[in-house]
Amino acid sequence: MQEWANQLCENRQFGSKMTDSKYFTTTKKGEIFELKAELNSDKKEKKKEAVKKVIASMTVGKDVSALFPDVVNCMQTDNLELKKLVYLYLMNYAKSQPDMAIMAVNTFVKDCEDPNPLIRALAVRTMGCIRVDKITEYLCEPLRKCLKDEDPYVRKTAAVCVAKLHDINAQLVEDQGFLDTLKDLISDSNPMVVANAVAALSEIAESHPNSNLMDLNPQTMNKLLTALNECTEWGQIFILDCLANYTPRDDRESQSICERVTPRLSHANSAVVLSAVKVLMKFMEMLPKDLDYYGTLLKKLAPPLVTLLSAEPELQYVALRNINLIVQRRPEILKHEMKVFFVKYNDPIYVKLEKLDIMIRLASQANIAQVLAELKEYATEVDVDFVRKAVRAIGRCAIKVEQSAERCVSTLLDLIQTKVNYVVQEAIVVIKDIFRKYPNKYESVIATLCENLDSLDEPEARAAMIWIVGEYAERIDNADELLESFLEGFHDESTQVQLQLRTAIVKLFLKKPTETQELVQQVLSLATQDSDNPDLRDRGYIYWRLLSTDPVAAKEVVLAEKPLISEETDLIEPTLLEELICHIGTLASVYHKPPSAFVEGRGQHKRLPGSGGSAESESPDAVSAGAANEVAAVIPSQGDLLGDLLNLDLTPPATTGPPPHSGGMQLGAMDLLGGGLDSLMGDESEPLGGDLGGSPAMGAGFGAAPAAMPPAFSAPVSGGLEDLFDLGGGVGMPLGSFCPPKTVWLPAMKAKGLEISGTFVRRAGVIQMEMTITNKAMSVMTGFAIQFNRNSFGLAPAGPIQVPSPLSPNQNIEVSLPLNTVGPVMKMEPLNNLQVAIKNNIDVFYFSCQYPISVLFVEDGKMERQVFLATWKDIANENESQFQIKDCHLNSDTASNKLQTSNIFTIAKRTVDGQDMLYQSMKLTNGIWVLAELKIQAGNPNYTVSLKCRAPEVSQCVFQSYEAVLKN
Amino acid sequence: MIGGLFIYNHKGEVLISRVYRDDIGRNAVDAFRVNVIHARQQVRSPVTNIARTSFFHVKRSNIWLAAVTKQNVNAAMVFEFLYKMCDVMTAYFGKISEENIKNNFVLIYELLDEILDFGYPQNSETGALKTFITQQGIKGQLQTKEEQSQITSQVTGQIGWRREGIKYRRNELFLDVLESVNLLMSPQGQVLSAHVSGRVVMKSYLSGMPECKFGMNDKIVIDKQGKGGASDDAGKSDLGGGSGKQSIAIDDCTFHQCVRLSKFDSERSISFIPPDGEYELMRYRTTKDIILPFRVIPLVREVGRTKLEVKVVIKSNFKPSLLAQKIEVRIPTPLNTSGVQVICMKGKAKYKASENAIVWKIKRMAGMKESQISAEIELLPTNDKKKWARPPISMNFEVPFAPSGLKVRYLKVFESKLNYSDHDVIKWVRYIGRSGIYETRC
Repeated sequence: MQEWANQLCENRQFGSKMTDSKYFTTTKKGEIFELKAELNSDKKEKKKEAVKKVIASMTVGKDVSALFPDVVNCMQTDNLELKKLVYLYLMNYAKSQPDMAIMAVNTFVKDCEDPNPLIRALAVRTMGCIRVDKITEYLCEPLRKCLKDEDPYVRKTAAVCVAKLHDINAQLVEDQGFLDTLKDLISDSNPMVVANAVAALSEIAESHPNSNLMDLNPQTMNKLLTALNECTEWGQIFILDCLANYTPRDDRESQSICERVTPRLSHANSAVVLSAVKVLMKFMEMLPKDLDYYGTLLKKLAPPLVTLLSAEPELQYVALRNINLIVQRRPEILKHEMKVFFVKYNDPIYVKLEKLDIMIRLASQANIAQVLAELKEYATEVDVDFVRKAVRAIGRCAIKVEQSAERCVSTLLDLIQTKVNYVVQEAIVVIKDIFRKYPNKYESVIATLCENLDSLDEPEARAAMIWIVGEYAERIDNADELLESFLEGFHDESTQVQLQLRTAIVKLFLKKPTETQELVQQVLSLATQDSDNPDLRDRGYIYWRLLSTDPVAAKEVVLAEKPLISEETDLIEPTLLEELICHIGTLASVYHKPPSAFVEGRGQHKRLPGSGGSAESESPDAVSAGAANEVAAVIPSQGDLLGDLLNLDLTPPATTGPPPHSGGMQLGAMDLLGGGLDSLMGDESEPLGGDLGGSPAMGAGFGAAPAAMPPAFSAPVSGGLEDLFDLGGGVGMPLGSFCPPKTVWLPAMKAKGLEISGTFVRRAGVIQMEMTITNKAMSVMTGFAIQFNRNSFGLAPAGPIQVPSPLSPNQNIEVSLPLNTVGPVMKMEPLNNLQVAIKNNIDVFYFSCQYPISVLFVEDGKMERQVFLATWKDIANENESQFQIKDCHLNSDTASNKLQTSNIFTIAKRTVDGQDMLYQSMKLTNGIWVLAELKIQAGNPNYTVSLKCRAPEVSQCVFQSYEAVLKN
Repeated sequence: MIGGLFIYNHKGEVLISRVYRDDIGRNAVDAFRVNVIHARQQVRSPVTNIARTSFFHVKRSNIWLAAVTKQNVNAAMVFEFLYKMCDVMTAYFGKISEENIKNNFVLIYELLDEILDFGYPQNSETGALKTFITQQGIKGQLQTKEEQSQITSQVTGQIGWRREGIKYRRNELFLDVLESVNLLMSPQGQVLSAHVSGRVVMKSYLSGMPECKFGMNDKIVIDKQGKGGASDDAGKSDLGGGSGKQSIAIDDCTFHQCVRLSKFDSERSISFIPPDGEYELMRYRTTKDIILPFRVIPLVREVGRTKLEVKVVIKSNFKPSLLAQKIEVRIPTPLNTSGVQVICMKGKAKYKASENAIVWKIKRMAGMKESQISAEIELLPTNDKKKWARPPISMNFEVPFAPSGLKVRYLKVFESKLNYSDHDVIKWVRYIGRSGIYETRC
């Protein structure tokens, strides 16, 4: 091979005068002019040289579009190399010179008839890359021929070309029947043609989620599985990725597919292996667990996953991110493979960090000694992030494996002795968690910790240390001095430390009331008078009032026994995990985020078969599926949500009481403290005693926990919403703003008999959350209260929820809850996601739902014409997004009126070539303006909306609202 | 799918830029340069998301290859493709360097057009590509109709890696079993982890479309044959793997795409039509009963704050008749080392200040021997609180056997159309064991 290359190099040096690098060097003035002359030269060789120079300039980013006609003139040649170069140029610049591009059409059409299949394919391939609308018409005929070409090379190229054309003009592809031809190619005799057809169809199907384009049935599955054995490695990936979308009818079919896919696990290409793993992980859900084959399959999965770790580092990284998911879903697969995740000294840092994560997930009593020994080694490495993570990991081991706790603590103490600043701080943070998990066991180490008080400069570590001092104040002689020393710089501390300090001093006071009265007054006045932070201030008031009215009660509340923290932290929320399992191998699995979080356009949420929704299957797997269902609770690891709920301002009272007056102390809030909040917080959180940032997921919550996932919204809701948008006309709606039909937000089976369905609507400028609350339990329900988590637009209940209690069994009631938008704000994913906690006498339940963003469009959203024009120009083009609304049969006036009812205002209308352009504006409650251009062509049911907004994140939601409003 | 592919030099200048999808703009080229190549901090992930655009990159010497996308692509596939792209380029013009890329940019564009269509990887086997993409660029016209259809059917066909009509006067094949043995050992001599990752590399010069069958001392196969009373093909064409009755447990293996995977899955037999020339037939991994060719026994003693005494013993652990070569032991030294004195019984040892290590080299060493090095390291006093991390002692070597114990039992060649038989093929087998990451903590 090397010889071959050498020989070629020699050829180059002796045989010809050209080394291409010289093309990169010309930067003279008047270059374009010179090139022009050369391009028009009579000599072929000179022409070719000139074209090469042009391509080189294009590569480095120079604008050579001025040479368009001259380059295109070179196209008519029988020199294939020159032709390819010209084509390359065309693909780049055709869009900027659409009229000139037409000049090239004839040559393409001619080339598509060439006797040489390589040229036919080249022509059809290039033509598809020229994204000019006018060219597409000319492309249809040649493409049709090429799809039926006798040569498989041409057919496989044509198959991809259909996807290209669809990207330019979807309607055209449908009208011309190319989709059917493409479907036929799935039965082609050539495996590569099949693979490319599958790839093209999958891509097209993604943009039509409900088209059933990729009609996967047992027959096609069979064809695909056959082609799988014969096509290239890349083709195998396309096919496997497509197979993963199929839902088998029963466990037998599922097993037979698995059997035919498992051989792929031995492929040298890691992507083939990962895609095969995806198919198996998914179809395994359908298999009954007592089946022998299920066990065999589990065993077969481990070795290939381990093998992936000997691939190149970049692939290792992808593999490790995926293994992280697989281990969470099915820990049994890799439970004996701990050693392969040990970090090697020369691993790149990204591999090291991922391995560490997986080590902790796999840690168990059986292997804990080894793991700890490793972690201790890692804690002496150089990379700060890695060392911190290793220290944190030691803490997590202690919490996860009780038997090892003692050894972990002594390891941590050793590390504290090293006096390396960041190691000490990290160790203190995790030791605090260990105290919470095993109270009254390791407090002897407190003295050592106190020695390091001065070196702590990170808020987490300071907060942790303060918590420890407050919690164990009775054992630390100079606790008051220690805390007082922190108090001096109270205002410079971060909120976390301030909150902690305030609570710790209150604890101290309750334990040693005589000496610390001054101190507690000092901190409470600092917290209440000089702070703008409502959380700090209000809880300060609460403490104050509590201490002054009833110290005994205060003691009960503040020094109550704290619930233990849970073992597994930073697990990915089950519904999200399920979705990610369906995306194994892809970017989503690398980011640990659903595709909708980083891909534009509407994505479908994939789900594992068996779990969620598909309760109709009566096969034995229904049992296992049911079990999975229960795990997949509506809302994440309670911790995450709780954390945020705890941080909520307490003003909107959750109990029925007098409406709160603004500011100051409120009785309502007091009540809340007594019973409401306690139960609202569930039993995982602690009563007021310590506000450790709220989250029980301590260890993970701090620092760079990798898997801080946006909690995905619950499946029934998203499903409902999608359905809703597909309803099309039909539903008769009362006049007034758009109101989507109610969907079930909280099914009775998940909420001990409480069922809630609802919708959002804007009426007379007020956002209403309309709910139907049904009691499907056997007993009466009383004491309803509601709270929202922070959300993207600060939605919050404007008053308490009015449920005339008691709600007797089988009774339902319509409730309309007015909302305001002054609540705390946090960006959600998707943007219009809302997480809600509802409480009754039975329990607290959580669900999430999505509101149409149109409820946030305010009444004064009509922009001045001049302002509109200026703003439109002012917003950068990157912030523009374009969407298609399909099958809408309204004329522009009706559409405009309809939109107006939802506060989307038409500012101007223009008619060009039979196309109506409506210019519209709307304003969100938080002052964000969205500008829109709606293109409606008479007779064409497909509208185009272009949205421009300074906050482009909202575009997707706004578009959904457009579609919903127009179609209702 | 892949939206675009860029190649940069170490300065971040674009050498090649090919955009496949409309959603990737010219600014993507700059975004990667600014955020990754010119980033102040070292890159912490091979996948970077900048403004909803994802960049995958690999580096070869100082050349950056980046694939860009805005979709939820198959990430493993993108990396596999980037590696493949590197292989293809190497096969065409040798080392991937700025100069070579500039010299061949037209060729690279031509290749990119062929192997990536609308972001979908297409056939990228160099064997097939070289039949119609050449640096002469005029092949297109010279082909006859038969040649053309032969090319297209090869590129798209089931056996895309081999063309028809290959002829050799002497049918010959070379089989190399290349293993790298990895070890992580505790200072006390406890094996923390050890595995062998091996490759079977084959060079075949065979005529026609031969059907090959490869056999090794795989435990599963041997056990099966033992029970079933067995097929007799095992003994017949033994390629001299030795008498080796013992079999090895293979944890996992992967194969070149020419191997029929379904057949391996059902019968565990390895059959294939080989590509012409050199290629990697299979990779495998074993973790059980590994022969560790060397044992390293470290002894580090801190004498006060300014001196370290290091003693390292290495013991070879294989047949005395065999010779290990290119032995190198690397003993890390602290950053504040001011001077080192070394005494070794065998080979040469030197302190390399730039590498913070003592490097001890021995040319050859027979099995069942031992050798020792001792060193005194003087340290500058520092007030650095952080202790020296004591990186592990690493080792390099080459031994003429397979540490996993793998033996080739047979490699049979069948070619029904041409008149040569298995016996006419000249076969060579070679075993080489090398150190992978072979570390002992101290």
